[in-house]
Amino acid sequence: MNPTDVSNPEYFHKVVDCQYACPAHTPVPEYIRLIAQQRYTEAYMINWESNVFPGVLGRTCDRPCEPACRRGRVDEEPVAICRLKRVAADNKESIADLLPEIPTQKNGKRIACIGGGPASLTVARDLMPLGYSIDIYDNQRAAGGMMRSQIPSFRLPETVLNEEVNVILDMGVTTFLETEVTSMASILEKDYDAVFVGTGAPRGKLLNLPGLEEAGSAVHVGIDWLANVAFGHTEQVAKKVIVLGGGNTAMDCCRTAKRLGGEDVRIVVRSPYADMKASPWEKEDAQHEGIPFYDNHTPKEFVVEDGKLKGMLFEKVEAVYDESGKRSLVPTGEDWVFMEADTVLMAIGQENAFPWVERDLGIDFDQWEMPKLNKVSFQSTRPNVFFGGDAAFGPENVITAVAQGHQAAVSIDLFCQGKNLLQRPDPHTNLVSTKMGVHEWSYDNAVETDDRYIVPLVDLDKALSDRKVEVELGFDRDTGFKEAERCLNCDVQTVFDEARCIECDACVDICPTDCITFTTNEEDEAVLRTKLTGPSHNLTTDLYVSQALPTARVMVKDEDICLHCGLCAERCPTTAWDMQKYFYSVSKAGQAA
Amino acid sequence: MSYQIPKFRHPELPKNELGYTKADYEGAISTLCAGCGHDSISGAIIKAVHELSIEPHKIAKLSGIGCSSKSPTYFLGKSHGFNSVHGRMPSVVTGAAMANRDLLYLGVSGDGDTASIGLGQYGHAARRNLNMVYIVMNNGCYGLTKGQDSATADEGSISKKGEPNPFGSIDLPAVALQLGATFVARSFSGDKEQLVPLIKAAMSHRGFALIDVVSPCVTFNNTAGSTKSYEYTREHMEATGTVDFVPMHEEITTKYDPGKTRDVTMHDGSVVRLKKVDDSFDPFDRMSAMVALEKSRQSGQILTGLLYMDKHSRDLHEALATSKRPLNELTETELCPGSKVLEQINQSLR
Repeated sequence: MNPTDVSNPEYFHKVVDCQYACPAHTPVPEYIRLIAQQRYTEAYMINWESNVFPGVLGRTCDRPCEPACRRGRVDEEPVAICRLKRVAADNKESIADLLPEIPTQKNGKRIACIGGGPASLTVARDLMPLGYSIDIYDNQRAAGGMMRSQIPSFRLPETVLNEEVNVILDMGVTTFLETEVTSMASILEKDYDAVFVGTGAPRGKLLNLPGLEEAGSAVHVGIDWLANVAFGHTEQVAKKVIVLGGGNTAMDCCRTAKRLGGEDVRIVVRSPYADMKASPWEKEDAQHEGIPFYDNHTPKEFVVEDGKLKGMLFEKVEAVYDESGKRSLVPTGEDWVFMEADTVLMAIGQENAFPWVERDLGIDFDQWEMPKLNKVSFQSTRPNVFFGGDAAFGPENVITAVAQGHQAAVSIDLFCQGKNLLQRPDPHTNLVSTKMGVHEWSYDNAVETDDRYIVPLVDLDKALSDRKVEVELGFDRDTGFKEAERCLNCDVQTVFDEARCIECDACVDICPTDCITFTTNEEDEAVLRTKLTGPSHNLTTDLYVSQALPTARVMVKDEDICLHCGLCAERCPTTAWDMQKYFYSVSKAGQAA
Repeated sequence: MSYQIPKFRHPELPKNELGYTKADYEGAISTLCAGCGHDSISGAIIKAVHELSIEPHKIAKLSGIGCSSKSPTYFLGKSHGFNSVHGRMPSVVTGAAMANRDLLYLGVSGDGDTASIGLGQYGHAARRNLNMVYIVMNNGCYGLTKGQDSATADEGSISKKGEPNPFGSIDLPAVALQLGATFVARSFSGDKEQLVPLIKAAMSHRGFALIDVVSPCVTFNNTAGSTKSYEYTREHMEATGTVDFVPMHEEITTKYDPGKTRDVTMHDGSVVRLKKVDDSFDPFDRMSAMVALEKSRQSGQILTGLLYMDKHSRDLHEALATSKRPLNELTETELCPGSKVLEQINQSLR
């Protein structure tokens, strides 16, 4: 193999699994170390720069970082990254002085953001400091989008959301709330320099089964119902509630129903339990609150008597997988099952809807009625219109919306300057040695063996009595420290300098996880992997291959399960190995290439 | 500085026949200098014992004094250990081996511990064919006392002190051959591919098995003028051939050119396969080994690999016709059979 080019910023970035997996590439190990040092405000700001809503995400993020966490490959469970973020948010001091300055002299460019959710707010957060004037239009009475309307307040207190939304609005964003935009043409008429569409995926799907019409107001679309609860229009629910669906919205619906008077609240889902789309922890949280799951039940019919919903009929199915692993749900042939219900909440998915975008404006849509966009710049076929968040490529999550908002802001800034949108600014990177002495490092290189700490919860009775009582109490500072110490510091890179190596094998001998091998090189990576000291089967991680050494061998390090403990560098007599801290941040609008 | 090795290991570490991974044969974290060759030898011992599927409690590791003799702490943490007196490790092994012949005795020593203060003990252990593996971690200097030239430092070799060594060196394999050792090998800490099979073969050999391992001292003797540096050893190493070790239960499937390859079935049923580089060399002929050693010395090379093996080795227990059962398992009834037996013995002597 060719020697690894570690000057490529993406090489070491990929080694930091959590950061690499995060759509916004939040520098996770950096802020976790700051938490361990009780520098909560700085930890918060690292987050704020990348993901804009640390307090919100520290409670509600889909946490793609955690399945990626290296610790999960050597230990039972990954670091509780998401909940550590909350520790930073809970313990931070005032950030007012740390926020970017907003120029009083504007640059004369006006941007409209349609929808006041995380994507639009991120665009505003990035463009306001550059002197742009931003107008946000939203049909609700407060900005925040689905973070406000769909995430129940027992998971995300309104105060936390308001604080982080207001940081952005207070930059001087003009808001047009309770203003439903019904015509893109009318927005374009206002001569904005650019328009950003961050309207989310606002339309909940409805199953058109026999009896739906007769059931009338007893059947609700989950996300609409959640929004009505969030804005106080719905304050109670009937005793028997069936929630259809197996995603996170279904979990939120059933837990909310339980708090509004629902006594027999159940989840009924077509797929097997293991295949349900909800995050494992959200399923656990619902079950912890005593909500039963009926899986493998396909809804067939609403049963209505005398104009009143009595319940639903379900067909039992089983999952059958064909050779390619494709699933089909096959009826078992048993009698249909009847379940009583006063109310049915449908949380079976949601989709984008752009009835308000006229089709003659030069904004092209594809066969699925989704806007045609450039995947990098988020620019539509009408050059001054950009999309981001769920509105761009369909429902994802908050952190993806934020990441796309950042990128759309970069595009809008380039567009307003008449520059090429595809010449994106390079990431900001820094690689610096942590060496403090012969065997001393400026990071805590000892690998703690603690198991993952569990976030304490409020008493169940109390939680169920009031939908505004936050269920999770969050880590206290001490637990936060201990959990932070579980982080392996994957951003502290093992950097190899072949010119200094005397091939003494000390690093090979000490490495606890057998990552390092000195061997003859191979053309084919697959062959080289078979020659390594430790089994090398994780093809998603790279091999770090050195230049040829005096014995004509090369150093090969499998990045897969390196603990970043620094022992290779401690046992190296010639400092051919060094532990160097790598900082990588995605460049934002205005940070020139 | 780290005082502990992290607990986590490669999740897919291979298990041996006993179900143990390599980690089960590790010891404490090394406190030797970074880059010390001894640590690599420790690594090779761990690998060899793991692959041989030896139960850790079936091994006793014994050592004398010196950097080398500290190293047993850093491997086989679940085996028996005895850190003895300077140069007196062979006596302690002799006693232990006499008391319990069921253990595998692994002596670890250095050039000071063996070639200086312990030279007499070394010679007699070899002469008596004591059933043990004797590994010398040979760095040509007294590392623990600031790197003075040792008795194995080559004449003219220059350590960190800067003075050429005025004395000739003791060649430990040559001494062992002279004194009747039945397994003699030399290797290099930086060449595990050679060292690991040699350790395995030595452990399967019944009798005194010496492996003299050149093990550079990075702190005092890895200099440009040293003949025991990493660089010098790599440049001047020549091998008698390669050694493959085939455990007892594994079928030998590959065929080699019979002219160059010799299979030797060891005492425990395993097979050592020797592939020779030079046809004139015969590892089963003591004379041939001595000649090869002398030739390489004269040409300034370091001859490594298996130098000599006696296929018909009779170890100390056989020579003394000791009890097949370990002495420490004999009970009072057997040790004091009573006056009747005494009477018979006395009768036989009249």
